[in-house]
Amino acid sequence: MNRGATIPIADAGATTHRRSAFEYLTTKKDELVGWGRKFSIFPYPFVTACCAMEFMAVSSTPYDTDRFGAALPRFSPRQSDLLMVVGTVTHKQAPILLKVYEQMCEPKWVMAFGACATSGGFYQNYATLLGIDRIIPVDVYVPGCPPRPETVIDGIMQLQDRIARQRHPIVNDAF
Amino acid sequence: MRDAILASLREAFAAPAEASIAHGTFVVALAPESVVATATRLRGEFGFDLLQDVTAVDWPRRALRFDVVWHFYSTTQRVRVRMKTAVGEAAPEVETLTGLYGSAGFMERECHDMYGIRFRGNRDLRPILLYEGFVGHPLRKDYAKEHEQPLVPYRDQQ
Repeated sequence: MNRGATIPIADAGATTHRRSAFEYLTTKKDELVGWGRKFSIFPYPFVTACCAMEFMAVSSTPYDTDRFGAALPRFSPRQSDLLMVVGTVTHKQAPILLKVYEQMCEPKWVMAFGACATSGGFYQNYATLLGIDRIIPVDVYVPGCPPRPETVIDGIMQLQDRIARQRHPIVNDAF
Repeated sequence: MRDAILASLREAFAAPAEASIAHGTFVVALAPESVVATATRLRGEFGFDLLQDVTAVDWPRRALRFDVVWHFYSTTQRVRVRMKTAVGEAAPEVETLTGLYGSAGFMERECHDMYGIRFRGNRDLRPILLYEGFVGHPLRKDYAKEHEQPLVPYRDQQ
């Protein structure tokens, strides 16, 4: 190693100057928070039935849900933002769904994926919960039996719009 | 082989049971008392080593309202046989087959869930597909299709 060599530092000041040109920018808090949140929708897949196949399809490479920041499933409700209820929910399973929902931290959103989660689908019997919105609030309903991947992506984009439009006032209840 | 075993079954169960062929399957219909004896013979003498199904049929207008139905299969002879017995609504009881087939346990629990058939001697008739607190038997014809028994209170009713 040549210890005698000197490191040129003449440009250091100029580099710092160029960097400092972007040290701040102005925006609205609502827009900043909405923009941050809408591209980090970590989904929790609550998968109970045949819609799972379509969930796998939409999660796969050709549809690339990472474009929306929604590709990384979290298998702990405490780490997730979007509860995707994929498939039929029975009365026996309803307490589990409610528990998972209640374990999620705010902010949280719910997608009813497919006809059964939306309305019970073609089931009307002793076993089936006729739509998850009877027990938990739902933000976006995706129709279809099962939904096409394009429908799911449309649902995610609608949810993104909804997230981006939310208000985050500085003076709020907790202020 | 199949015809031979069917002939011997027909000969063995000609009386007092009622034997016939329905949809290509040998059917023996008998009184509730002779269920265990017949199943023992089917397993011991004829090699029906697999109990495939325990279920029931509800005939609401019949005096003996329920048919309890068992399906046995012989993995060596590849023959299936169906055993039926009729029980009334007041005492829908038959003997358990758990002493002969271990698989009878869960299937009898399911049949008890759905039709309310009680299996004497099966000591574990807790709900298997239904849940604790469910009232009634959903596959009986008089159970209303839209009758729900939710475990979680609905949001619009809170």
